[in-house]
Amino acid sequence: MASNEPTDIVPADDHGTTFTDPGTAVERADAFQNPGLPPHQLRVTDKDPKAAKRAERVIVLLFYVSVIGSVFAMAAYFAFPIKPNDLGSVRLNNVFIGLGLAFALLAIGIAAIHWSKALMDDHEGIDIRHPVAGPPPVQARAVEIFRQADRESGFNRRVLIRNGMIAAIAALPFPAIFLFRDLAPAAGTPAEAYSHTLWKQGTRLTKDPTGDPILASDVTIGSVFHVIPDGLLKSDDMLEEKGKAAVLLMRLEPGDLHVSPDRKTWNYDGIVAYSKICTHVGCPVALYEQQTHHLLCPCHQSQFDITREAAVIFGPAVRPLPQLPITVDSEGYLVAQSDFHEPVGPSFWERRGDYNV
Amino acid sequence: MTTTSDTYNYDPTQPADRRQTGGVTGWASRYVDERTGISYVVREFGRKIFPDHWSFMLGEVALYSFVVILLTGTFLTFFFQASMAEVTYDGSYGPLKGLEMSAAMQSTLHISFEVRGGLLIRQVHHWAALLFVASIMLHMLRIFFTGAFRKPREINWVIGYVLWILAMAEGFTGYSLPDDLLSGNGLRIIAGMVEGIPFIGSWLEWLVFGGEFPGTAIVGRLYTLHILLLPAAVLAFIAIHLVFVVTHKHTQYAGPGRTNENVIGVPVLPVFAAKAGGFFFVVFGLLMAMGAFFTINPIWVYGPYDPSPVSAGTQPDWYIGFADGALRLMPGWLGGPGGVPMEFTILNTTYSLNILIPIVVLGLFIVAVMIYPFLEAWVTGDRREHHIADRPRNMPTRTAIGAAGATFYVVLFAGASSDLVATHFKLSIESVITILQFSLLLAPIAAYFIAKRICLALQKKDRQIVLHGYESGRIVRLPGGEYIEVHEPVDEYERWKLVSFNDYEPLMIRPNAAGRIPATERVRASLSRWFFEDRIEPVTSTELEVAHHH
Ligand code: HEM
Ligand code: FES
Repeated sequence: MASNEPTDIVPADDHGTTFTDPGTAVERADAFQNPGLPPHQLRVTDKDPKAAKRAERVIVLLFYVSVIGSVFAMAAYFAFPIKPNDLGSVRLNNVFIGLGLAFALLAIGIAAIHWSKALMDDHEGIDIRHPVAGPPPVQARAVEIFRQADRESGFNRRVLIRNGMIAAIAALPFPAIFLFRDLAPAAGTPAEAYSHTLWKQGTRLTKDPTGDPILASDVTIGSVFHVIPDGLLKSDDMLEEKGKAAVLLMRLEPGDLHVSPDRKTWNYDGIVAYSKICTHVGCPVALYEQQTHHLLCPCHQSQFDITREAAVIFGPAVRPLPQLPITVDSEGYLVAQSDFHEPVGPSFWERRGDYNV
Repeated sequence: MTTTSDTYNYDPTQPADRRQTGGVTGWASRYVDERTGISYVVREFGRKIFPDHWSFMLGEVALYSFVVILLTGTFLTFFFQASMAEVTYDGSYGPLKGLEMSAAMQSTLHISFEVRGGLLIRQVHHWAALLFVASIMLHMLRIFFTGAFRKPREINWVIGYVLWILAMAEGFTGYSLPDDLLSGNGLRIIAGMVEGIPFIGSWLEWLVFGGEFPGTAIVGRLYTLHILLLPAAVLAFIAIHLVFVVTHKHTQYAGPGRTNENVIGVPVLPVFAAKAGGFFFVVFGLLMAMGAFFTINPIWVYGPYDPSPVSAGTQPDWYIGFADGALRLMPGWLGGPGGVPMEFTILNTTYSLNILIPIVVLGLFIVAVMIYPFLEAWVTGDRREHHIADRPRNMPTRTAIGAAGATFYVVLFAGASSDLVATHFKLSIESVITILQFSLLLAPIAAYFIAKRICLALQKKDRQIVLHGYESGRIVRLPGGEYIEVHEPVDEYERWKLVSFNDYEPLMIRPNAAGRIPATERVRASLSRWFFEDRIEPVTSTELEVAHHH
């Protein structure tokens, strides 16, 4: 049986019959025959003792360069100490210890490779492959052992026992799943937690990160403020609360704002506050383009149009950013009228569809 | 290895000492063997043959970078504190002094600025992580395009593939440990994605983070994954992977003397050991140089995690890019705002297709690549063992499929850098994303056809060379006055590389014993036609003779 790969000729003692099926491969009688190994080529170092001597010297030298590299790295550890508050010293320490070690490592590597290529015997070796599967008697014996185990145990005869065992083993992992329940807090549900923020009626809008309250009169047209609720900085769960309550505050010409009827009172004289947490997967929507009044999320480039109640105009987000209804208190500071009317941030399964109706 | 019939002259009453042959080497070998029986292993593997080719080193690079990761990672564990307890920074990096941050971030800054050589080891760890994933991927491409996944290596393909996924998981968990602004944003994105999974999403997020994002648990949990579970899994999979490499023996490229039944190369002792060992030091040395000269992940520039600020151009480590790209390229509204929303509520539950579709598409892509070897084996019906690696051109449809898959990945990857692409080429972000969205659908198809045409053209060229020799570039004038180019014939060794490849015919369906054609066979036949319709056959000796007579 000749084929285009002489390698597919199955030797007489090959025990395989099932795994020699070539499928739809074409086997040709007049395919070329493998010409066999070409004659061995001598290297320079094989022919010229001087070249061999040179290679030897280089290799020896490299190994000692490595020793020098190691010593250098240790010396650098002391010679370039890190001085407090001095970034330059960190850099020098980094570079010189690294340089020493890099030389130490590279020199060993190059020496070993050079040694193997130039000086070690380079005659090709040949290993003979054997089929991966065991020879038929071995394979048959393995199958027989399983059969025998089956007979001796009655695994397939005593079906009730077998099924009982399977049931027992199948039930066992479930307690483990329960044990992981307390990875999450014991009380509360995520949907509840996602639905509330620190904002409530009368909470002052304050600057992020200082926590200073904001006078409505300080918010000039075209300006933008990064805002957190008053009291956030003293909150126990500061980062969690900030991750929900962060707000962007902008003032537009009131005429530029398209306000839906139920939100007529949510802005204060063109000052609007929107959640800063992207409705896609929750990055802070931090980039404001003043001319267009567009907010851009740097994570996946969703864009929101502030003139149209933060509706999505581009990108993977679908929902507008939730609006925080605001007004001013008696001292002229901006305050929230209430919490957001819907959960902020990314969507989740339990999120209802009726928040804004 | 456990042959009992071995006869050897071994007399336990005789002291095995230096008086026996072999000098110190012999004495030491015997000393160890008499206590371990290791001589069986040495006999079996000491002169095992490894074929040599640059592309076989890609897997080695992966292995060596993993060793570097283990060494440097262990060093880091002695200093790193996987705690989100809030501390006020009082270290030597001025700009962050007085800032609130987690102990994890503080200890990473401590490693960077106060531990001598700490920054170096941290950077080597990170560079090694990048090299680890990159070399795994290049290794996978080598295996794919040379068909080294064919029987008997299908299972090892899957094992290697799992290693790729574990490597990405290792990278992501490690990247998140310092709890800096950039990695915190990465986690925020994961949290948001998990939240969008139907039915279990919000609870899953709740479980992973121990409550609301970010919570105080996640760094500690990721740490357990990063230094215990995942490395153990990687190690176990590498071990199985290598056991299989030894069992199957290495593939080799077609060449004179090389057959499906032999391996031609260098023996483990000494040449392969010296080369491979040396190569380990070279990889380690290059990573050390990277750590010495190139800053990576300067967390002090980003600052501690805070859910509010974000720098423009947030970027995960590159190997996560394709997943981020999938999120970016998924439009929220099909056909633009006002079109079809990819998120809606039915009966007060929310369906986030804008999250779900990218997850499903990535999942399908990953599964498709994983099962490809089984699919191809089914199509060809070839049940022989294959130890000769294909030249990619000789399997045009597979190569074209690979090119399409790689293109798909690359477009997703480009998607993750859409903002950088836009600023670099001075395009609007909208047009870059729109172009990439169309490319995601069309570029793989284009790549498929281009790659296939190139393969076929190269195969034709190979035929020409075998039949008529190389164009030598030497022009001679014939006595009749016409000019011809002299063709140099190829020698038989060179020729063998060009003609010894498998070629398959499309499957002809025949009715089975019951006289029917099962639907699966029909599918198989049409796949087979798709695979092998366009094929260039290898030159046969008859053809060459005919050509010579002309
Ligand atoms: C394939 C395996 C691994 C990959 C891909 C990987 C990747 C990473 C990455 C990207 C980082 C962030 C480094 C940075 O701050 O820039 C990291 C941090 C870290 N890794 Fe690994 N790692 C791996 C295995 C390990 C192992 C096995 C250990 C410990 C035995 C370890 C210990 C650490 C520690 C302690 C940190 C935090 C310290 C720091 O960020 O500087 N890693 N890892
Ligand atoms: S998180 Fe804002 S676009 Fe993805």
